[in-house]
Amino acid sequence: MHPLPFSLQLLNACAALLLLLSFAMLSQRRTVNLVNLLAVQGSLLVIATLIVAWRTGQPHLYVSALLTLALKVFALPMLLHRLIRRLNVWWDTEPVINPSGTMLIGLLVVVFSFGLAQPISAVADTAIRSTLGIAIAVILLSFLAMITRRKAMSQVVAFLSMENGLFFGAMSATYGMPMVVELGVALDVLVAMLVLGVFFFQIREQFDSLDLYHLESLKERD
Amino acid sequence: MTPLAATTQLLEIVGAALAAPAFLGWVNQCRAWLQNRRAPSLMQPYRGLRKLLNKDAILATNASPLFRAAPYVVFATMLVAAAIIPSMGTGLPMSTAADGIALVGLLATARVFLSLAAMDVGTAFGTLGARREMMVGFLAEPALLMVLFVAAMLSRTTSLPLIAETLAGQAPALYPSLAFTAVAFLLVMLAENARLPIDNPATHLELTMIHEAMILEYSARHLALMEWAAALKLFNYACIGFALFVPWGAGNEASGPIGLLLAVPLLAIKLAIAGAALALLEILSAKLRVFRAPEFLATAFLLAVLGLLVHLLLET
Repeated sequence: MHPLPFSLQLLNACAALLLLLSFAMLSQRRTVNLVNLLAVQGSLLVIATLIVAWRTGQPHLYVSALLTLALKVFALPMLLHRLIRRLNVWWDTEPVINPSGTMLIGLLVVVFSFGLAQPISAVADTAIRSTLGIAIAVILLSFLAMITRRKAMSQVVAFLSMENGLFFGAMSATYGMPMVVELGVALDVLVAMLVLGVFFFQIREQFDSLDLYHLESLKERD
Repeated sequence: MTPLAATTQLLEIVGAALAAPAFLGWVNQCRAWLQNRRAPSLMQPYRGLRKLLNKDAILATNASPLFRAAPYVVFATMLVAAAIIPSMGTGLPMSTAADGIALVGLLATARVFLSLAAMDVGTAFGTLGARREMMVGFLAEPALLMVLFVAAMLSRTTSLPLIAETLAGQAPALYPSLAFTAVAFLLVMLAENARLPIDNPATHLELTMIHEAMILEYSARHLALMEWAAALKLFNYACIGFALFVPWGAGNEASGPIGLLLAVPLLAIKLAIAGAALALLEILSAKLRVFRAPEFLATAFLLAVLGLLVHLLLET
């Protein structure tokens, strides 16, 4: 085995922890803990971005790390915590599939995404291209988390973690997106969060619950 | 076989058999301190064994020869397992006979005999314990195998002493795969040794017990052997953990007799730390419902497989 430079080892460890966090989110039943895990995921992203910025010497990555820190570690979790308090949704209901089953499906998803990433990382020329598979896995696992949840709140958290995965993927494939795109996405996420917050209140108003299965009653019956 | 290798081998077997009850006693002592109780002496397990060995054995009238043979089989299996785990030195002549996968098989043999003996007399408790033990076993075994596979892939061999030697000789680096498998191994160790989140080692006659339920029918020397074997199993698991995750300090051919002499106190220090950590972990966790045990072990399996995948993706 060839020894990697320490910064790359640290980056790989961050990537592995991100993957582990995705599984933790997949199995977590308490919405509050889910939000905390999202904040931890955000801080790991900040660390990873800082390492990449230091390695490549690209100043815009420092800005993007700062943006991630402000938005994903502080602003969004705080917003979500406030929403949880005001909507009083501390727990998710039993997920659609039992946790062990979800985990096993998650493992298959990871194998699939590692296979998917192989040809892409072969073409990419960044030093951290091997973490691309983990980024794709994080995206797909968040997707799985969205599918297996019933409450709107948990789905939104999973959606945000998907965005984190995309961010990590962009970083490992091309050392981050252009600054304009990044700013746009950050703003989009923030606005989406605010709009969704309003939606939560509307959904609860209508159905007295945040369980999205109630939305099916909007279908026309015949 | 060099004299040094023979000494190491002999020291490992005798040392494991003699030190295992002390290790169990140390864990109990730490638990007592953490619970603000007066701790039993470190010698307490030895006193228990001596007391049991001096008593007359009583057998159920319908006990078969299997019931009598099981304690000896279980104890012998654990001794053989101790012989192939590189706890003090890596130059083990017996380890060429069995590698890591065979070690898992050895532990499974012990489990099968223990469970069969528990069902042999036909009491409800024994059968219940045996069934639970098999449930825990069939979930923990794949996880343990996966842990061994990750270590084997890192060092390109399945022989435990060679794994320990390769891992100890590697340049220090961050291995996320090893970190994941270490956690997985810890979960497997807790489940397999009937420790707290899965089984409570401190209680008898509780509906939730697993290990204690299986040995309820044993008395005197049979019970002594069973308890000694359980202590040995915990000792063995700790030593497997050291071999895979803290492999530094085991003696080998190169370091000679001095290396072996240094390895013994080093192992004692490692065991003391591991025992205290185990006690702390047990204090902090509450017993899981039996139906949550599959989830616990699925987590262990998941972590081990993730370790394998991360190794394949990041470390090759």
